[in-house]
Amino acid sequence: MRPIAIMDRPTAVTGARRQRLEQLLVLAVPVLLIAWLAANTAANLKAKGVTTGFGFLAMPARMGISEGFLPFVAGVDSYARVVAIGLCNTLFVSVLAIGIATVIGTAVGLSRLSGNWLLSRCAGTFVELVRNVPLPLQLLLWYQTLLNLPSPRTAIQFGGAYLSNRGLFFPTVSAATTLWLVAALLLAVTLLVGLRAAGVSRRGWRRRLPALALSVVGAAAVLLAIGEVELDRPTLRGFNFSGGMAISPELAALVLGLSIYAAAFVAEIVRASVVSVPRGQWEAGRALGLPHGRILRKIILPQALRLGLPALGNEYLSTIKNSSLAVIIGYPELASLINTMASDTGQPIEAIAVLMVSYLTISLGVGWLLHRCEQRLALAQR
Amino acid sequence: MTELLHRYGPLPPPAAPRGVVAWVKANLFQNPASSATTIVLICALAFAGEKLFRWAVLDATWLLPGSRIEDTVACRKTGAGACWAVVAEKYRFILFGLYPFDQQWRPAATIAVFLALFAASTRSSWWNWRLPAIWLGGFSLAYVLLAGGILGLAPVSEDRWGGLPVTLLLASSGIALAFPLAILVAIGRLSHNPVLRLLCRVYVEVIRGVPLISVLFLASVLFPLFLPEGMHISKLLRAQFAIVVFIAAYLSELIRGGLQALGRGQTEAAIALGLGYWKVLALIRLPQALALALPPIVSLFIGFFKNTSLVMTIGIFDLLNAAKSAVAEPAWQGFGTEAYLFAGAIYFAFCFAMSRYGLRLEKRLARPS
Repeated sequence: MRPIAIMDRPTAVTGARRQRLEQLLVLAVPVLLIAWLAANTAANLKAKGVTTGFGFLAMPARMGISEGFLPFVAGVDSYARVVAIGLCNTLFVSVLAIGIATVIGTAVGLSRLSGNWLLSRCAGTFVELVRNVPLPLQLLLWYQTLLNLPSPRTAIQFGGAYLSNRGLFFPTVSAATTLWLVAALLLAVTLLVGLRAAGVSRRGWRRRLPALALSVVGAAAVLLAIGEVELDRPTLRGFNFSGGMAISPELAALVLGLSIYAAAFVAEIVRASVVSVPRGQWEAGRALGLPHGRILRKIILPQALRLGLPALGNEYLSTIKNSSLAVIIGYPELASLINTMASDTGQPIEAIAVLMVSYLTISLGVGWLLHRCEQRLALAQR
Repeated sequence: MTELLHRYGPLPPPAAPRGVVAWVKANLFQNPASSATTIVLICALAFAGEKLFRWAVLDATWLLPGSRIEDTVACRKTGAGACWAVVAEKYRFILFGLYPFDQQWRPAATIAVFLALFAASTRSSWWNWRLPAIWLGGFSLAYVLLAGGILGLAPVSEDRWGGLPVTLLLASSGIALAFPLAILVAIGRLSHNPVLRLLCRVYVEVIRGVPLISVLFLASVLFPLFLPEGMHISKLLRAQFAIVVFIAAYLSELIRGGLQALGRGQTEAAIALGLGYWKVLALIRLPQALALALPPIVSLFIGFFKNTSLVMTIGIFDLLNAAKSAVAEPAWQGFGTEAYLFAGAIYFAFCFAMSRYGLRLEKRLARPS
């Protein structure tokens, strides 16, 4: 959108030449500043004998990484892989936190509007407490709480899972069984699609979901019956558990802290947008004889979503940026891995450039997606 | 019949039931679902409240003889509750950091100066030339108190400053210094010079697209490389610079919003009166735009007051980092919860007070229209 240019004197008086001169002058300031800084940096780096360039990304990384989705061997895999692992972890943590925050936030926001005095007070207290305390402090608090749990030898046990200060360990199905289950699922989907193509079933996909779930459960039962299901159980070895799946205290503290912090802000957004849906909508729903829950779900929330989406999108973006606070508790996501990389390689300029460009790409990408969502949800203008 | 109705007029609605029982019935037990919620909530609150009370009060240790490892054994017994002794022992370290112990009345006085500054800023009758003057005076006083070197105060170097005064200093001067920059950027984004518009837009989008932590890294690691040989900026000042640059990007968007929300008529009327570009801006548009943007500016400030705690990642001793370091020594390890709760209560007091003020401001500014 072109901003309203006030005081735009007629060009005949100002003159196109003067305008061009102004533009050049404005451009000259940052160009000169950057040139000066670059010259200083080049001189400083030369004096210190530091190599420059992004060549280090291909070199093997000596640093260790505690967890991630891609395999990593210190001293063999490159720094580019370190960045990739960091990026994956950042996205994983952010998506998880955003999902949890949306669910909790919506529940708390609606509770705040509830007619039940106690419920709305509890929700209000939660929001005020969480919003007014810094996120880094909350992360440290969660982390400390998890570290104060008993040691693996005296771990809290429930089912086959163990909760200790080394994290939560729980049994999983073995790789072979997972493969079987996926195969069964694929078979079921193919069957259903095939049936539909043959014109046997014309029902909506929602109706088919139970059938799908049933076939997966059936497949699992068959596998169990023929003794193919292998559970991978965590067992205590020395000072820690091995086997099974584990959620580290760092990951748990980060996801807990991020999602609860964001939930408080999401709750406020939900409350504000539900309140700003005109009262007539509620009254019309009631006049039609709809029950309270149905009015909320079918009439109010869809309209509230449209009103609240820009603010919600901003909150999601800041949650992604806030995940960089993992530096404080040592979860290996983008910012903390790149921080280590900077000191490891002795090339902080390039490392921070990688960090900023990664975040900028994520922010602009997510921002663009949200913009598309807003456009799709916007009311058709006549 | 109608005559009869007219004679008596409409009857008043039946009086709302009063009393505790009626209130409880209307607010806690309206229908079965609400009743169930109330009962579940009361049970959950009673259970959690009992646990919390036991931990924080009944089983808590309030005082310990000293700060050695053997002294804190009492807190490590099984079944021991909160160890508030860590706060009793370390509160001066958490509040003032490494500041020389016998000089700690100076950071305490600095905190008082900032509180007075905040109180003075809420007086709307001073929102003119007085406000910048008051802030300038307050900052000078705070700086003199902390740094010393004149008026018979012993000089204290910047790397010994810490705790709450540093948090207050970073947050308040962050927003104060960001204001001029943000106003310039906001004007730049609405200028008729396309190059200027583009530059300002790139600055705002880039800063808003990256986390504060990356800007802090940039300032702490790269600044020394950017400057010519021999020019040195202290770590605190570098962090301050990063915070100002960061806040200004967000602030300029709020100010731009205020400027754009203003009716065109204001500008046109001012031009008709013969005012020039800068006078229209300084006397007509900016004051109104700032008033419009004031409530979101207050919440922005609350956000950045909390966010200053990120400077701990580059090793500055603010309130949170002081609390973290207080429980780093072996004797107090594992008592982070208590120390963080103490620091959290201080943050909460400041942020809650500011958010209440913001709400009041919003109501007051909304009334005239």
